[in-house]
Amino acid sequence: MDALFLKLIVAFPLLAAAILLLSAGRMPARATCVIGTGSVGLSALMAARVATHATSPASLHVPLWSWMRVEGFSTRIAFTLDPLSLVMMLVVTFVGFLILLYACGYMRDDPDIARFFGYMTLFVAAMLVLVFSSDLLSLYIGWEGVGICSYLLIGFWHIDSANVAAARKAFIVTRIGDAAMLCGLLLLATRAGTLEIAPLLAAPPASATAAFLLLGGAVAKSAQAPLQTWLPDAMAGPTPVSALIHAATMVTAGVYLIARLHPLFAAVPAAMATVALIGLVTLLLAAGSALVQTDIKRILAYSTMSQIGYMFLALGAGAWQAAIFHLVTHAVFKALLFMAAGAVILRVHHRQDIYQMGGLARAMPGVFAAFLAGAAALAGLPLLTAGFYSKEMILQGAWHANPLLWAGALLGALATAVYIFRCIFIVFFGPRHTDPTGRTGATMALPLLCLGILALVGGWIDMPDAIAPVHLLSRLLSPLFGAPTAEGPSWLLWTGSLVPLAGVGLAWLLWRPRIRAFTPPEDAVARLARTGWGFDTLYDTLVVRPFVALGRLNQTDICDRLSDATAATARAGGRMLGRMQSGQVRRYAGWIAAGTIAALCLGAWP
Amino acid sequence: MPDLPFLLFSLVAAAAAIMVVTRPIAVHALLYLVVVLLALAGLFFALGAPFAAMLEIIIYAGAVMVLFVFVVMMLNLGRPDRDRERHWMAPAVWIGPSLLSGLLLAALWPALRAAPPAGPGSPTVIGPEAVGIMLYGPYVLSVELASFLLLAGLISAFHIGRDIRGTGTGTGTGTGTGDA
Amino acid sequence: MSTTSPAQALLLAAVLFATGMLGVLARRNLLLMLMSIEIMLNAAALAFIAAGARWHAPQGQVMFLMILSLAAAEAAIGLAIILRLHAAGRPTLDADTGNRLKG
Repeated sequence: MDALFLKLIVAFPLLAAAILLLSAGRMPARATCVIGTGSVGLSALMAARVATHATSPASLHVPLWSWMRVEGFSTRIAFTLDPLSLVMMLVVTFVGFLILLYACGYMRDDPDIARFFGYMTLFVAAMLVLVFSSDLLSLYIGWEGVGICSYLLIGFWHIDSANVAAARKAFIVTRIGDAAMLCGLLLLATRAGTLEIAPLLAAPPASATAAFLLLGGAVAKSAQAPLQTWLPDAMAGPTPVSALIHAATMVTAGVYLIARLHPLFAAVPAAMATVALIGLVTLLLAAGSALVQTDIKRILAYSTMSQIGYMFLALGAGAWQAAIFHLVTHAVFKALLFMAAGAVILRVHHRQDIYQMGGLARAMPGVFAAFLAGAAALAGLPLLTAGFYSKEMILQGAWHANPLLWAGALLGALATAVYIFRCIFIVFFGPRHTDPTGRTGATMALPLLCLGILALVGGWIDMPDAIAPVHLLSRLLSPLFGAPTAEGPSWLLWTGSLVPLAGVGLAWLLWRPRIRAFTPPEDAVARLARTGWGFDTLYDTLVVRPFVALGRLNQTDICDRLSDATAATARAGGRMLGRMQSGQVRRYAGWIAAGTIAALCLGAWP
Repeated sequence: MPDLPFLLFSLVAAAAAIMVVTRPIAVHALLYLVVVLLALAGLFFALGAPFAAMLEIIIYAGAVMVLFVFVVMMLNLGRPDRDRERHWMAPAVWIGPSLLSGLLLAALWPALRAAPPAGPGSPTVIGPEAVGIMLYGPYVLSVELASFLLLAGLISAFHIGRDIRGTGTGTGTGTGTGDA
Repeated sequence: MSTTSPAQALLLAAVLFATGMLGVLARRNLLLMLMSIEIMLNAAALAFIAAGARWHAPQGQVMFLMILSLAAAEAAIGLAIILRLHAAGRPTLDADTGNRLKG
């Protein structure tokens, strides 16, 4: 029964995508919403049913069909439900359902709503395939599926060429990682002779190359340094897309991949160290960029990078449960933040510059409350918010791995609290710069409410022993990841609680409501940080420009000269011979005569 | 050294042939062609082939040339045709063909000038009897082939010359619809 | 009959052949081209007769007969085509428009 449900969980969004995309926009908007949201809602219901039945550690295996079987290598399409994919499944279906519900309101007036929902449901299906796959090759299908959906949705408003450029950038940058990942998969296939995850993890081949190649794929997909540049530009897509794909689910696929294959990485200490380092660097760089952004969605984008940096840090430190825990809470509160930001953007006439908003708390208290809940969770305000517990767990893990990592993470936590509350103070307090209109509809308010509550209480599924001995998630995941690490001294917890509060205080000092309006900081460091620390310029100089120059050099197809010459010779010869076939009898007679003479000459003078 | 009649016939034939290819008026060319054929008949006599000479006169200069004459009559050529013919025969037109013909002659010349192998002596007359025996002896198959050829020529000429439009008048340009 | 040399006859045949070819190549009138072809055929016939005389063999005249029937058939068909073209609206008998393959 559960096996059937598992298939249906994937099949419903896929079916909805097929219907919506094949309808070619002929369907009324309401029906589109019902089909798109309903299919994911059904998936969510079934996921809940499966989850309540299958909380036992035994994993469920559903073989679908055999993909290929060649000498020495076979691969199957099969779904596996184990605690990790269970958690991911719940996140994808529930958060996905809420975001699609929100999108019904957000995208109501868009003429292309059918295309939008088609892509979104297709994305959900691909993401579920990614999560369920028991075979790395079919996981790769889902991996590429979410990539293409991301591309299509970033460039959803394709009339504006900037959006298309952003989509292309995202696609190409993630493609670099995907190519590396494919190489890694092929390497694993040749080393281990199989790509099925279970046998692969039972006897992990200690291949540093494979681990690093897979890490490349994860880094690109999760927008980590040095392949992080696509994520801020990806905010060109509609806000629900940013919430679902570029905050809650797809960008965490890298984290999921590493967690799923953790024995492979654990066997290579260098890879682990690299993962931690990448996480730390990204989290600090992105937090720094977020501090000076002026676009509300870009703030959240950098914040996403930074939070995924936390997850990578946790992975690198071996705190697998912490990474997954943070993945879950982050999916909730970041989706909430994006949706609240989307509601704000809708109300202020599609403006995204925070310096043009101001004083919105009174105009939209509901949205403000939701944003505040999300921000509190992101900052990790102690006790009350989900983010606090997951971040605490990461800090503990980092402390055990290396106190330096812990210090960096703590600095990041401070910055996180500062930048998100800067955003709140500038957007929701102070003098008003714009007149909000309209009101946020029920379809948008309901998801905000649900996620807002979850962002506050969702962290209670796993708490430090010092507060309450609740370890639901850790215990669920322990068959996969082993027992969680022991907790550090209690002053760690105190520090972790106080730092976000200090951050909020600092933000209050700097950006508390005043009479005079704020202006964005304009010194050199701020400009550098706002443009993402110059990574774009660097890649432009290092990769794009030489490539374009090479392309211009080869515009005349230098390499093809030889074959072109052959073709030209043949064509000229043909034209010459063709001219002989004029249909003129006398010409033909002349040629016959010439031939006769030539033959005679050959005969007469041998 | 060839004898006088041979030389005479040769010169007449060559000169008349040149006249044939250079006359702008078709009837003149035709008459020169008859002269060529008659001169060739004389040459055949001189070469000791009276049967061939007679056939040349009767069939070639007689029947075939009459065919040509009939066609020229039916074409109803006049002054415009003559002028056009002169226009077509501009001096520049002759350069290429003359070159080719000259080359051909030059190529044949050394081969013909070479000393021929010794034959069985001075020519003798080969009469119709010998030819007839040869024709209906070893060459009977060729005779059959020639008859097939003539039959085919007959049928083709009839087929091509038949009136396609079926109007029954079909005597030339009067019923033509002109170029497409 | 007398001291006629077949070698001279062959030379004449070559000259006639070249002349006929000149006519075929240079004239644009189909009728004149046919006449020139007749000259070339006769040149070939002369070569056969001369060779037969040289070797005292009647085969030369047999070949002449073949050429004769060939020339008769060729003249009949060629002239029929000319008449056909003329009747179909091409009174100029221009060989260079033959590539139109139409009326």
